[in-house]
Amino acid sequence: MSKPNPADRLYSKDHEWLKEHGDGTATIGITDYAQEMLTDIVFVELPKIGKKVKQGEAMAVVESVKSVSEVYAPASGEITKTNTALEETPELINKDAFGEGWIAEIKLADVSEIKTLLDAAAYEKLIQEEKR
Amino acid sequence: MDLKKTPLYEKHVLLNAKIIDFGGWAMPVQYSNVIEEHHTTRTAAAIFDICHMGELEVKGPRAFDLLQLALTRDLADQRLGQVKLSALLNEKGGIIDDLTVYKKSDDSFMLVTNATTKEADFSQISGILRQKRYDCVLEDISDKTGKLDIQGPLSQEILRQSITADLQNLPYYHFIEANVMDIPAIISRSGYTGEDGFEIYAPAKQIGDIWERLMETGKAFGLKPAGLGARDTLRLEAGMMLNGQDMTRETTPLEVPYGWLIDWKKDFIGKSALEELKKTGPAKKLVGFEMIGRGIARHGYKVFSGKKEIGVVTSGTFSPTLNKAIGLAFLDVDFSAPETFIDIAIRETKAQAKIVKLPFYKRKK
Repeated sequence: MSKPNPADRLYSKDHEWLKEHGDGTATIGITDYAQEMLTDIVFVELPKIGKKVKQGEAMAVVESVKSVSEVYAPASGEITKTNTALEETPELINKDAFGEGWIAEIKLADVSEIKTLLDAAAYEKLIQEEKR
Repeated sequence: MDLKKTPLYEKHVLLNAKIIDFGGWAMPVQYSNVIEEHHTTRTAAAIFDICHMGELEVKGPRAFDLLQLALTRDLADQRLGQVKLSALLNEKGGIIDDLTVYKKSDDSFMLVTNATTKEADFSQISGILRQKRYDCVLEDISDKTGKLDIQGPLSQEILRQSITADLQNLPYYHFIEANVMDIPAIISRSGYTGEDGFEIYAPAKQIGDIWERLMETGKAFGLKPAGLGARDTLRLEAGMMLNGQDMTRETTPLEVPYGWLIDWKKDFIGKSALEELKKTGPAKKLVGFEMIGRGIARHGYKVFSGKKEIGVVTSGTFSPTLNKAIGLAFLDVDFSAPETFIDIAIRETKAQAKIVKLPFYKRKK
């Protein structure tokens, strides 16, 4: 069973989360449901700092033994920080997708853009539908 | 198209396995997760549904002559109860299949084929049979034959709970015909994981009973079911190739580590083509590599030496035992020596890798 989706952040339909810090920056990761689907994560390709991404664009890659999956930017902006701990311990995403398994920090290009994302309840509904 | 289901399919569903399409078959790729199932096989034992593989029976006074001509391996010295891996080639020397030959008696053999090549094997061998008019019969017994593998250091002990026959003295690549509980079976000491283990063949209707029994009696030993995901990482660590991926009908045994399957002293289909190729030597070779740079090289990724494209990755994964990325690549022969550095294109970047000798993993005896 996946962990509950925290209410302090927003979600994309592609199973990324975004937590806005109130200063125009945000942390991005993949959801616990996503890591559960991927299972054993063995490699993470982080974005380069300074890279500009558009909402919905591939920004990182997460690999399990069997699969290669892209992580899509839940909002447009510039990458300001990455979680380099994932280079040595990619399984942090499996253990703590909403916390220590964060992927990158982004300076949002347009704060209003995040209104298109789902809140925790709407995202929960989405994954329940997917499971069916 | 509806996927074919093995007699064990319902059990996988009950175990919450993730099911994938493997060559037209609905097969479990994993039950819990690949790495866990991989380690279970290396340290305890795991059970695999292998019912999708093909079994062909060749019977009759000239059965031996048919196989001796069709297959690259010399079967003249094959003992009763011995299993031999062999290649089945077309006239051009291309590999139709790599299969195992079970000698049940002087005029009765079982061939165990890959799932995706069974039809091609049957048509090739029956073609030779028609042409030569050998006095023997070729029969596809796949539908009525179930197969499961139990692999790992504890598999003998687990199997011993259900079988009275002597397994201790059964050598590698040999089989016995014995009952598992009261079900008639063929049990061979062999597998596709690089561990000690057994491949069990029994009537399709009863293979589920053997599965249940082994799951039950294996519990105390830590036995778990494992899917095709772990099967793939296990075989790759052991340096074993996957037909259709590491070799195709365009590949000859001289280009892959199958030179040892060819017995030059006898005649076989494809021999003259191989003799021609042997004069010049093959232009390409399949080798093992391990990643030095970051990333996992996957099937189809291109391989370079500097700017020159020199080949392609045929299999690549993360090795749970070695804790690094490994793979097989089909390369220009000039770049195929061990310790050669190569570059593999992974998305937008190139990552360095090094050619190494196979296998990547060898169990302690």
